[in-house]
Amino acid sequence: MVDLRETAAGMAAALAEGRVTSVQLTEAHLDRIAAVDGDVHAFLHVDRDGALAQAAASDERRAAGGAASTLDGVPIAVKDVMATRGLPTTCGSRILEGWVPPYDATVVERLRAAGLPILGKTNMDEFAMGSSTEHSAYGATHNPWDLDRIPGGSGGGSAAAVAAFEAPLAIGTDTGGSIRQPGAVTGTVGVKPTYGGVSRYGLVALANSLDQAGPVTRTVLDAALLHEIIGGHDPRDSTSIQQPVPSLVDAAREGATGDLRGVRIGVVRELGGEGYQDGVLARFRESVDVMVAAGAEVVEVSCPSFVHALAAYYLILPAEASSNLAKFDAMRYGLRVLPEGDPSPSAEEVMRATRDAGFGDEVKRRIILGTYALSSGYYDAYYGQAQKVRTLITRDFDAAFEHADVLVSPTAPTTAFRLGEKLDDPLAMYLNDLATIPANLAGVPGISVPNGLAGEDGLPSGLQVLAPALADDRVYRVGAAVEALLEKEWGGPLLDKAPSLEGASR
Amino acid sequence: MSEALLTFEESLEKFDPAMGLEVHVELNTASKMFCGCPTEFGAEPNTQVCPTCLGLPGAMPVVNRVAVESAMRIGLALNCEIAQWCRFARKNYFYPDMPKNFQTSQYDEPIAFEGWTEVEVEGRTYRVEIERAHMEEDTGKSLHVGGATGRIHGADHSLVDYNRAGIPLIEIVTKPIMGAGEKAPVVARAYVSQLRDLIVALGVSDARMDQGSIRADVNLSLAPKGSGGLGTRTETKNVNSLRSIERAVRHEMQRHAAILDGGGSILQETRHWHEDTGVTTSGREKSDAEDYRYFPEPDLVPVAPSREWVEQLRSELPEPPQERRARLQSEWGFTDLEMRDTVGAGALLLVEQTIAAGSTPQAARKWWLSELARRANDTGVDIAELGVTPTDVAAVQKLVDAGDINDKLARQVFEGLYAGEGTPEEIVAARGLAIVSDDGALGTAVDNAIAANPDVAAKIRDGKVAAAGALIGAVMKEMRGQADAGRVRELILEKLT
Repeated sequence: MVDLRETAAGMAAALAEGRVTSVQLTEAHLDRIAAVDGDVHAFLHVDRDGALAQAAASDERRAAGGAASTLDGVPIAVKDVMATRGLPTTCGSRILEGWVPPYDATVVERLRAAGLPILGKTNMDEFAMGSSTEHSAYGATHNPWDLDRIPGGSGGGSAAAVAAFEAPLAIGTDTGGSIRQPGAVTGTVGVKPTYGGVSRYGLVALANSLDQAGPVTRTVLDAALLHEIIGGHDPRDSTSIQQPVPSLVDAAREGATGDLRGVRIGVVRELGGEGYQDGVLARFRESVDVMVAAGAEVVEVSCPSFVHALAAYYLILPAEASSNLAKFDAMRYGLRVLPEGDPSPSAEEVMRATRDAGFGDEVKRRIILGTYALSSGYYDAYYGQAQKVRTLITRDFDAAFEHADVLVSPTAPTTAFRLGEKLDDPLAMYLNDLATIPANLAGVPGISVPNGLAGEDGLPSGLQVLAPALADDRVYRVGAAVEALLEKEWGGPLLDKAPSLEGASR
Repeated sequence: MSEALLTFEESLEKFDPAMGLEVHVELNTASKMFCGCPTEFGAEPNTQVCPTCLGLPGAMPVVNRVAVESAMRIGLALNCEIAQWCRFARKNYFYPDMPKNFQTSQYDEPIAFEGWTEVEVEGRTYRVEIERAHMEEDTGKSLHVGGATGRIHGADHSLVDYNRAGIPLIEIVTKPIMGAGEKAPVVARAYVSQLRDLIVALGVSDARMDQGSIRADVNLSLAPKGSGGLGTRTETKNVNSLRSIERAVRHEMQRHAAILDGGGSILQETRHWHEDTGVTTSGREKSDAEDYRYFPEPDLVPVAPSREWVEQLRSELPEPPQERRARLQSEWGFTDLEMRDTVGAGALLLVEQTIAAGSTPQAARKWWLSELARRANDTGVDIAELGVTPTDVAAVQKLVDAGDINDKLARQVFEGLYAGEGTPEEIVAARGLAIVSDDGALGTAVDNAIAANPDVAAKIRDGKVAAAGALIGAVMKEMRGQADAGRVRELILEKLT
């Protein structure tokens, strides 16, 4: 009997003990997808046959006595920004409609090698540009807590799939908060590893210097198990870190004891207050109190440059993206649109017509921004200045980590807003990532763990824990402690309070 | 449409030329600049490609260490500084043969910078300052189908071969070369020729201009004579032989001069070189308006070669060109004039390799500077790319020394080599060129000649030995040149005296 609400670690144990097979597990999740994804729309592609074949192979492997990894046989969903051999990869964009990569991203290769059946590809804002998944060219994803609300973004599909029990695990990518913010608004766990901790090879780049793939799960331990599988050096990604991944599972288990004695927690003065929803701030203060009660020492730290983070981010990201997205020109793959009324258009005219039809407004907006920021005569004032701000933010982190082992803040300033609410106001949309962006600019790791429901709307909020580069183990230890302590108060996981979706319909 | 030109002499009376040369060297690394694909020339289109060099979504570059090493070796051989730390940059522009629509190159942080080299032209030394040598990747190749000329205009469709995309290139940029005056075209040629020899000596490239593994862009500007200033330049792209470099400089000097002399001004632009007609035509306008939006490549980490590595490479450099020239001249016993001609013909390395293959210095010089230089000149093909190797030349000379052929027959062997008929030995056999040393056959020919020319024979019998020349000519004609004239003479005299 398959329990979909079980954790990935629990499913792995059931597999190991022979209480369930991978085919049963995978089939149950595929059935769940079939039942609820019409409402949630977390998936862009479901690979039923492929997933079941991988599950069968996993069962055979296990029967022969050799599981390939701790999570062998536990199914997973992958954000549609990761290249998957033989499986469509659209990045939520029309311009890649129908493209089937001839190769696997390193993360995907590692998932396959570890035996995790891939259920399918999850929805996202087009090319990961957005905080609500409403910018997907294939329709928005709905928040399982309230189907009229956004699931966060850009990785709303991965977070919603996990929150709706369509998948026990998912892969997300985080450029300015796209793993952590969806985690916060769907009551799930999301980790952005240290920049370079997980290979970017095969991750369709939004902003190369900021992008980082990571785990999307329901528990901190599950995230650690998945992180250990996908992390580590990759010779195909020059920016990947050469050092071995610290033991994250051990850190999560240590944290789960709920003991935070000797840990110094820094509350970042600039990440709170104005612009943050009251209920979100209330849950944050409670979380800090819980940590103090568990023996942690709390200090307030100031990171004065963080106020410029959003501005710097919206120069660096569009600049890199404008260049990355130039390759989508109809010459080699993806969409090709011929200009109307021209029987023999030039290559340039085909490129123009294709890019006009294939990219959504948010993508075009950022291409224009980035092209402008890199232009001769403006480079120093925009891109150059933004890089300086980036250096200052890194220094702020360095200084703060002299006083604290980890920094904490609310993950997102608000709970999930209604679909359509901010679609016409890009600046309001951008503010969702206020608290998550500094970590991307500095390359430090961060986690979002559910820390309760906001009083005013009964929707989940998240606690963000940040650590110095390479100290990913710290976010697992502190995250797991907060999770354990809060679940004790709640009497179970926060997701137990989410509505059941079976048979639900909007 | 041809543009007005002043004569070369008129141009020099009124203006001083300044040149800048940008030479692209395609490295001979086994794999591409940023991926593991092979770099072999001439493979089936689009068979040497992978996600990275095709720019597929998600693929990432990794720097080829050997390419970095080659770049440093070129930089060191050109007396450049080697960067302690430098980055790649993206050069953004759209073109179908560029998979990512940006070229991964270097911008303000080249691997090598601030160098120099000295070029000798007709006994005078010209110092060429090197601004930079940087690493970049090549683009794919477009093939325009349906047009009359293979050009994009008039074509009904285009094909792109990405095998070349991502092949490592080193771009070597000079500072403006001024003060060369009338020698400017020859200095440009000599610089590229010397650079090619250096590249060969370093072993970092096939250095085949005909295959595009060395490509030159020629910048030229004129300033009023004696002003010491720099005028507006044009950039003539893809000038792909030494001879064309000389011609392109000459042509642009004459064209600029006509415009400036007529009160016009030069448009800063890219020019296309037309090998067949020897003129340039306007390409796309290139001005400061063209904005490549360079920024550091975020998918690559900086290249920071250790000083130990740099010094190791420096210690392994081949001999500098000027020292090499002096040493070779002394070893070969060439006069100054012989040496100057050899260098001027771009044949220094060829002569050296011919000698290494067993020829004497004078014989090597003779073939390269007469027969092969003439052939290069007649066909417009660079002397190094005639399809005749130094080994071939040494083999031809060996056949001559052995008395198997004479100089006249040797020219026919070269004809065979141009036509790709095989080795010199094979050509001699296939074409039946070997000298007939069989006295029987020769004797018959001599008898025939005597019988056909009784008057001449009588003179010889009377002691007028000088008359033998007429009979020798007749015998050689009958033998179609395949006889040793000395032996023929002996036979005639034996029979008649």
